Amino acid sequence: MKNQIEKIKNTAQKEILATKTLKDIENLRIKYLGKKGELTAILKQIGKFSDNEKPIIGQLVNEVRDFINYSIEAGIKEIKDSILEQKLNKEKIDVTLPGIYRSIGHKHPLNIVLDDVKEIFIGMGFDIVEGPEIENDYYNFEALNMPKYHPARDTQDTFYISENILLRTQTSCVQIRTMEKTQPPIRMISPGRVYRSDTIDATHSPLFNQIEGLVVDNGVTFSDLKGTLETFIQALYGLDSVVRFRPHHFPYTEPSAEVDVQCFGCHGKGCRLCKNEGWIEILGCGMVHPTVLKNCGIDSEIYSGFAFGVGLERIAMRRYNIDDMRLFYENDVRFLNQF
Amino acid sequence: MNLSMNWLKDFVDIDVPPKEFADRMTMSGSKVEKYEIEGEKINRIVVGKVLSIEKHPNADKLVVCMVDVGDSKAIQIVTGAKNLCVNDLVPVALDGSTLNDGTKIKKNKFRGVLSCGMMCSLRELGLSTSDFPYAVENGIFVLQEEGCKIGQDICSAIGFNDVKFEFEITPNRGDCLSIIGLAREVSATFNKELKLHKPVVKALAKMDKDELKVNVFEKDLCPFYSARIVKNVKVGTSPRFIREKLRAMGVGSINNIVDITNYVMLEYGQPMHAFDLRYIEGSQINIRKANKNECITTLDGKEHKLNENNLVVANAKRPIALAGVMGGEFSSIKKDTTTIVLESAIFNPIAVRRASKEQALRTDSSVRFEKGIDKNNCIPALNRACELIEMSGAGEVCSETFIVDNSLDEIIKIPFDPESINKFLNVNISYEEMKNILSRLDCKVVDNNVIVPSFRLDLKNKNDIAEEIARFYGYNNIPSTALRGSHYGKFTKEQKFKQKIVNAMISLGLSEISTYSFLSQKQYDKLLLPPNHFLRNSIKILNPLGEETSLMRTTAIASMLEVLSSNYNHKNENAMLFELAKEYILNNNNNDLPTEKIKLIAGFYGTNINFGCVKGFLEGFLDKLFIKEYEFVANSKIVYFHPGRCADVLCNNVLLGNIAEIHPTVLENFGLGTRAYIIDLDVKALFDHAYFNVSYSHIIKFPAVKRDLSLICDKEVPVGNLKNIVKNSAGKFLENVTVFDIYEGKQIPKGKKSVTVNISMRSTNATLTDEQINSTIKKIIDAFEKNNISLRS
Repeated sequence: MKNQIEKIKNTAQKEILATKTLKDIENLRIKYLGKKGELTAILKQIGKFSDNEKPIIGQLVNEVRDFINYSIEAGIKEIKDSILEQKLNKEKIDVTLPGIYRSIGHKHPLNIVLDDVKEIFIGMGFDIVEGPEIENDYYNFEALNMPKYHPARDTQDTFYISENILLRTQTSCVQIRTMEKTQPPIRMISPGRVYRSDTIDATHSPLFNQIEGLVVDNGVTFSDLKGTLETFIQALYGLDSVVRFRPHHFPYTEPSAEVDVQCFGCHGKGCRLCKNEGWIEILGCGMVHPTVLKNCGIDSEIYSGFAFGVGLERIAMRRYNIDDMRLFYENDVRFLNQF
Repeated sequence: MNLSMNWLKDFVDIDVPPKEFADRMTMSGSKVEKYEIEGEKINRIVVGKVLSIEKHPNADKLVVCMVDVGDSKAIQIVTGAKNLCVNDLVPVALDGSTLNDGTKIKKNKFRGVLSCGMMCSLRELGLSTSDFPYAVENGIFVLQEEGCKIGQDICSAIGFNDVKFEFEITPNRGDCLSIIGLAREVSATFNKELKLHKPVVKALAKMDKDELKVNVFEKDLCPFYSARIVKNVKVGTSPRFIREKLRAMGVGSINNIVDITNYVMLEYGQPMHAFDLRYIEGSQINIRKANKNECITTLDGKEHKLNENNLVVANAKRPIALAGVMGGEFSSIKKDTTTIVLESAIFNPIAVRRASKEQALRTDSSVRFEKGIDKNNCIPALNRACELIEMSGAGEVCSETFIVDNSLDEIIKIPFDPESINKFLNVNISYEEMKNILSRLDCKVVDNNVIVPSFRLDLKNKNDIAEEIARFYGYNNIPSTALRGSHYGKFTKEQKFKQKIVNAMISLGLSEISTYSFLSQKQYDKLLLPPNHFLRNSIKILNPLGEETSLMRTTAIASMLEVLSSNYNHKNENAMLFELAKEYILNNNNNDLPTEKIKLIAGFYGTNINFGCVKGFLEGFLDKLFIKEYEFVANSKIVYFHPGRCADVLCNNVLLGNIAEIHPTVLENFGLGTRAYIIDLDVKALFDHAYFNVSYSHIIKFPAVKRDLSLICDKEVPVGNLKNIVKNSAGKFLENVTVFDIYEGKQIPKGKKSVTVNISMRSTNATLTDEQINSTIKKIIDAFEKNNISLRS
């Protein structure tokens, strides 16, 4: 009997090792351990043995069953491992193949820069106010101290819709509208499109974007104007930017100034970028003219303020090294995708 | 405005390098745009004397000259020039010299004969015949200048050694459109004395009786008129100092009389005019308004039809000048002119500006008049012209001066308050220092008032005085401070909403564009708009740059299509673009400003783009904005869209906009060789329907139950209707309904289609029972049957 059991064990072991599929191995489990299996058959005959032999045979059968069980489990794992390995091998892909590209869109470069500018001014307590592009002559010129036939109107060649309606040449008209409605303190910027009758070329466009700012309050001084604009320029161009204020003239401010930044290319020595001047003009500004305040119903004996204007295209061109303004309005995707 | 350094030195002792001069003037408010040193590049060109001229042995067209250039030995030069004579003085570029344009001259052999230099023409020196009228245009510049020495540097010999500065003069500083005005700024900037010259006129001639009468009929438009007669005029070339200075100022020399009027205008800022007395018919000068249909041919040969607003200077019969703008041709100075009338007057700035605009004639004179002229300058300028005429022997000045003065003698006084100026600028400048700055500008302080000199028409109020103090104190010496007081900056709700739109579009893969607000009728034609379509009712620009940019757009779709087309034609395979674009809509009342409507326009073309894909973008976008109950309704009426592929996007029965494929003919008109799609939404409508007060709703833990119903319905029924039937009938357990598997063909009767709807049901507080599910489904089926839609068996 012992021999018979040993024999079962050996044959089972051989057969298990030889199996290649999960189905074969399952058949072996049935063959040896199933209800009609060989080992089960031996257990069924256990009654024939003497009381002394019974435990010995029983133990032996149990040991062999455990052994076969273990071998089958091991076999299953081996087969599964090998199947998995085959699957993984088979599923190998060329990871250098292109992906299915999902593009995210691009913000227009002018608006990227505009967002930066807005953020800087929001941080300094400014509101953002928008207004109409098609304006009354009054808001664009007259209220800004440029009556009809004022020579300063020549510096802003204007598109007219009718005698009194025009395409705004600046966004200062929004400031007038704001001052008419609001008493100081006022801190605002008015970004937006402006129009001037300039033929299109690399540096001119009949339409461009301007950001103009206004502060009116009790006791605002020229040095507040300087401090605010220096902060803006340093936030935009870096803390090491060197700024200078140069006397100029605008009909709506007095005193007026133009602001230059030291050329980034040559640090003031003079190069092609700055046309040998060492400085690059970036904005115009000044203390709000008392007549302008008066036109808006603000008492210039109590309040003072400053205003400034800066061209968006110019900042964006500088930031991205764009040499032709037309690119902003051509909207070629090969251009847009770069931002 | 140009400035000659040599001329400036007549008024201020100034000797600083050009760069420093430019920088300091710029920083005190007179911006130097650029400067140029005359003859800067010219090197080793000297005055030479032609000693002999021989034929070239091997060339018929060349001659061989020996030229004395001041060295012990004369040099040999070969030339092709024909205008040379022995003893001529000429500019000689020596071996190793440089011409004005940078060309280097070296020894060279011409047909075997050595040439040790080159004799120069005017052009090679950077000059023209207007600088030296006696010289020939194409030939050697034969010098007629007095005092030239052989071997002398050519630039000093011909006075070509000035420094020319170009100033940007702002419109308020008409006084700086003159040498004296700029000299005053220079004197104040460098704190040097201004040396003014008082003209001395001998006035030896006498006027005949009734030779001239001046009548000013428009006293407001001509507050001051002065004139003087000059007899025995000899029209000819101007003296060298006049020509040199005019050249440095960029003004060509014409003849001595015209040159002198230009000279005085540049020096004093006072436009001058000279009339030939022969043409002053009736011996009278009348300052009057033009008669209707009166004409004048101006000096430039152009004929101008005048109107009753134009101020003219006229003789007894007709205009001889458009006042302050330009003189008439027939009464101008001719070679045989013998008696002239010199005019120095003030014309009203607005009248001059209007005339200049209306007649499209901008002159050095009109530019000065429209900025305002100092009345106290008229007589000195007139005298200066007379003095120059006498000095240059150009004529004999009469002793009488005609003066018609209707001007107001107004003295401008501005209260002087140093304390408030210090506060305003945030500086601490002493009273004395302020007074000193002002006195350098000829502003006197008397009894706490600033007395403004008559030439400073721009100084009117306390801010103007603060500016004068600030610019000479130095803007950059004023401290910088931060704004005081708490002020909280913020975006408005609308501004944030627009940012959200932009961010959503970008995350969907669309790129932002920026297009011009202009259009032309051509684009409306391309959009197939019929002649009286409301979108053709655009705002027109009265003075457009061109037809292409003559209208303000009523639809930004055309702008988008142009961009799609340009990308397509640049062979960009795909484009998915959007713009927050303004459209400009006329109001019924023409005096009102137009409505500026903000639109979200998205445009698409490309390999994987179709209507469904674009609609998917739109649905995702609307969900992101929390616009809930939107629906799509077919619309075949929009002319530029494909009639079978266009939908209105509605929310609570309000039109948000459209989604559509572009009409094939429109595609063709815009040069698009591929299908393209547009989303056109009104941002205001989106804003009104967007949900802002988001609050969290619990995630339901009970499972959803899904059922599919396969239906048969008429082919023409939009599947959107099926969805609506489900929504309206299902009751409270309905969570979602989607449509899929739309099929026509075999097994389906003709004119019908099969559609499967997927119904998802869920209860918020329990797992649905079979009973609940079945009753929901039954309600839906009943509703379908009422609409003649049956279950597919």
